[in-house]
Parts: sequence; structure tokens; C-alpha cells
Amino acid sequence: MSQKKTWFYLFSAPVLIALFLVVILPFIYGIYYSFTSWDGVSTSAFVGIQNYINAFKDPGYLGALWFTIKFSVVSIALINIIGLGLAVLVTTKFKGANILRTIFFMPNLIGGLILGFIWQFIFVEAFSAFGKVTGIPGLGSWLATTNTGFWALVIVMVWQYSGYIMVIYISYLQGVDQSLLEAADLDGATAMQKFWRIKFPLIMPGFTVSLFMTLSNCFKLYDQNLSLTGGGPYNSTQMVAMNIYNTAFSMNKMGYAQAKAVVFFVFIAIISLTQVYLTSRKEIEA
Amino acid sequence: MQEEKRTKKVLMIILGCFLGLVWISPFYLMLTNSFKTKQELFNDTLGLPKTFHFDNYVNSAKDLNIVNTFLNSLVITVVSVLIIIVFSSMAGYAIQRTKSKWSAVFYMAFVAAMLIPFQSVMIPLIAVFGKINMLNRPGLVFMYLGFGASMSVFLYNGAMKGIPQVLDEAAIIDGASRWQIFTKVVFPMLQPTTVTVALLNVMWIWNDYLLPSLVINRPGSQTIPLTMFDFFGQFTKQWHLAMAGLTIAIIPVIVFYFLMQKQIIAGVSEGAVK
Repeated sequence: MSQKKTWFYLFSAPVLIALFLVVILPFIYGIYYSFTSWDGVSTSAFVGIQNYINAFKDPGYLGALWFTIKFSVVSIALINIIGLGLAVLVTTKFKGANILRTIFFMPNLIGGLILGFIWQFIFVEAFSAFGKVTGIPGLGSWLATTNTGFWALVIVMVWQYSGYIMVIYISYLQGVDQSLLEAADLDGATAMQKFWRIKFPLIMPGFTVSLFMTLSNCFKLYDQNLSLTGGGPYNSTQMVAMNIYNTAFSMNKMGYAQAKAVVFFVFIAIISLTQVYLTSRKEIEA
Repeated sequence: MQEEKRTKKVLMIILGCFLGLVWISPFYLMLTNSFKTKQELFNDTLGLPKTFHFDNYVNSAKDLNIVNTFLNSLVITVVSVLIIIVFSSMAGYAIQRTKSKWSAVFYMAFVAAMLIPFQSVMIPLIAVFGKINMLNRPGLVFMYLGFGASMSVFLYNGAMKGIPQVLDEAAIIDGASRWQIFTKVVFPMLQPTTVTVALLNVMWIWNDYLLPSLVINRPGSQTIPLTMFDFFGQFTKQWHLAMAGLTIAIIPVIVFYFLMQKQIIAGVSEGAVK
């Protein structure tokens, strides 16, 4: 009996130690730090919930939070609609469908930092060149205003993740029973009817998975934000992750940044758990 | 009916071609402009280069210190992924085969850790590892094990359910140790999951910027994303060189993608669906 237990602990120990030292311990430390005036160097004083009060009064943090929410809502909607559209397109049988699948997924292999740099070039140089050639106004300096900067970030995000979400939807679309579709054909159903009445309900679980992934990827976005707009102009396109980073490593207010990070965690945990809860309830119903 | 279907198919193909071109256009712009001179790029950003200036590549490769940078990325990614595979599969096996209070607690710990965003542990993590002098490459690899463990253990744990326990029991009767059962019987059967775990972690670690920027951002140990960040800041007004540098940075990934395409796409959908 004890033999049985020993091997269990020995096999689990390496990852558990790593998980503990890298995630759990810093997380607990972080909660403690968030109540101090720690600046990374000197010993810190306990300040109670002052950091949290300051965070909720900080226009930079609140602005970043609001920007992140807006960005995430718009991106998640577009990524899922376009991702599903691409999945339907490439599962239609025609020559070149597989090449298209390869192309749509390609951006996901490349890191967000590098993608952001490529797109910086496109928004700065190629957009204005395209505007000159076609005479479409408003294509210059997309990264110079808050509003166009917002859409620039959305475009990059949608371009990158739609292909990823497409792959997820494809696996659900391919799980749709062909005999159901054939039966619908015999009954004279139109393509639209087949999509909405048969395929759509069957790929709903895929929607939940995609929602979860896009949600967490959008809220935690940092690399693309850094390399595309750098948060500019005047920090107006700064997202939460970047705000926390700058508070900690540019301003050296570690304790304060950690309070922002704890709020960020609570925020993400609530959204994720709500979503998981709603999903599991739906799955029980179905 | 037949006529209508054909029209629909043609429309789909046209739409597909259009979207495909839109999707690939950033790469087209990057590649074509990487061969131009500064003046040519400014005059004609959208067109094909008139002559191919390979010296952009020579200059960028030198500036990126490309051989060294590439090897840094390769070593860190390969070592981290191997360690993640070995230890996560062991834990996934142990946790799934043992029905006890602690196995349930461990499993929950891995799942719960997935909820914690990197930004929420980043500051104390760097402080703690700084104090014990672990802000170096071994430290980084260890951190990748900690951050990569959750998803990998989760996937291995799921895959273990499909491997019948009778196999273990039969081997125990034959006198095999747990380690022998794991290495000789179980691990080989987990091979499809190992491919998925490897690819998902490679894609993430190879491209990771923030963590290495906090841990190993020193000349000599920089990975591709770190060098790219410095390089790009230096060349924003010299787009032709910047584009050549970006192309160089992307080539290994594209080659890897075309070699492993089927497995990557299968791995992504498997990792998501489970």
C-alpha cells in the first residue's frame, strides 16, 4: 500500500514543485505585496487597501480596463463570426480549400510581437500608399489616433485568431452527421435551413470553447499592444496588461502594480467561471 | 438545381480567393519590401521590387546576430518542451491512475492555475527568482515547466483515460516497476498526445516575449523575439531593413509549419476540444 503511494508522489513531484514555485507561491506573495508600498528595492510598509483605492481612482488604469473591455467585446464577436465563416468556407469541397485553410491559420504560428511589427509597417506605410493609389481618404497615420489605433488592434487580432478559431469550428463541423444533411436534402431543405437548423445547434459546444479561448487571449493581450501601438498616442490604446507592466517596471511601484494585477485576476476569474458555469448548465439541459 | 449549385460553388471559390489574398497580403508586403531600397520602398510600397537587394538581408542578419539568436531560441524551446513532456506525462499518469484525496487536490491545482493570468504572478515571480539568482536560462526553463504544466498535465490526464488499466495490472503481476510500466507500456501509447503537447508548447515558447524579456534580456542570451524588439526599435525609419529582419525571423517558423502542418492543425483542435 505504501509502495503504491510513494510512486504517486514521486511521479507528480517535479511538475507540482514547478507549479508551486512559479505560479502558486508568487500568487500568494503577490496578494501580500498588494497591501504594501513595495518599490522593488527598499523594505516596504503595510498600507492596507490604499493601493486598491488608488487603483480604482487611477484614470490610466480605468482607461486601460475600459479600452480592454471594448477591444475584447468587438474582437471576440468578429473573431467568432469570421472564424465560423472561414470554417464553413474551407469545409466546402472545392479545389484549393486546403490551401486556404493553411493560409488562414498561418498567422498563429508567428508570435504576437512580430505580427505587430509587420502590421505597424502596413498601417504606417502600406495604408497611406494604398490611399494614394485608390484615392480613399483617411488611410494615413492609423496608429496616430486613439480611434484608428483601436481598430488597428482589432484588425490584427481578428486576422490572427480567426484562423485559430476556424480550426476549432472545423472539428465540430466535421462531426456533423452526414446522414442528417442527406435526410434534410431529401426533404428539400435549403442550404440556409441546413446550416441554421442542423449544423448550428451541433457546433454550439465549439462556440463555448472558442469563446473561452478568445476571451482569455483578448483580455491578456500584451505583445501585439506593445509592438503595434506601444499604448500610444498618450497611453490611450494601453491595455490592462501593459498598464500593470508599466506601473511595475517603468514606475517601480511594485506594490501598487500588484494590486492592479490582483484586480485583473479577480476580473478574469469571474468572467471565466461565469462562462464555464453557464456552459455546463447548458450542457446539462441539452 | 444543378446549375444553382455550380453558381454557388463559383461564388464560394471567388470569395475564398479574395479572402486568401487579403490574409496573405501582409506577408506579401513584408517580403516584397524587404528587397527594395529605402527610396524605392518610399516611392512604390505596394509594387514588386525592380531589383532584388539581398544586401538588406546581409545587413539585418548581421545586426540580429542571427545564428546566435536562433540557437538561443532553439535550445530554450527544445529543452523546455522536453522537460514539460517528461514531467507532465508522469504526473498525468500518476494522477489519473491513483484515486485518492491528494490526486484530486493535485488535479484541481493544475486546473485552477489555468485561471491565473501571467500578469498576476509576474512581479513577485521575478522578485523571488531574482533573490535566489535564478534569472537565467535554467531559471527560465524551470518557469516554462511551471507555466506549461497545467495544460500539459490536463491533456495527458485526459489521454490516460483511454488506456486500459488492465495493462498496468498485467505488468505489475509480471513484476514490472511503476517506472518500467510508464516508460515501456504507457508512454509509447501516449504518443499522439505527446505530439499535441509538444506542438502547443513549441508554438508558445518559441514566440514568447514577455517572460524572457524579464528573465534573460542580456546580450548573448537573447531569443528571436527579444532581439527583434531591439532591432525594430532601431530601424523604424528604415523599413526595408526592418522588413528583411522580420522575414529572417519568420522563415524558421514557416518552414516548421509547412513540414508539420497536419499535426499542428490536428493538435490545435485536439487541445481545444478536450
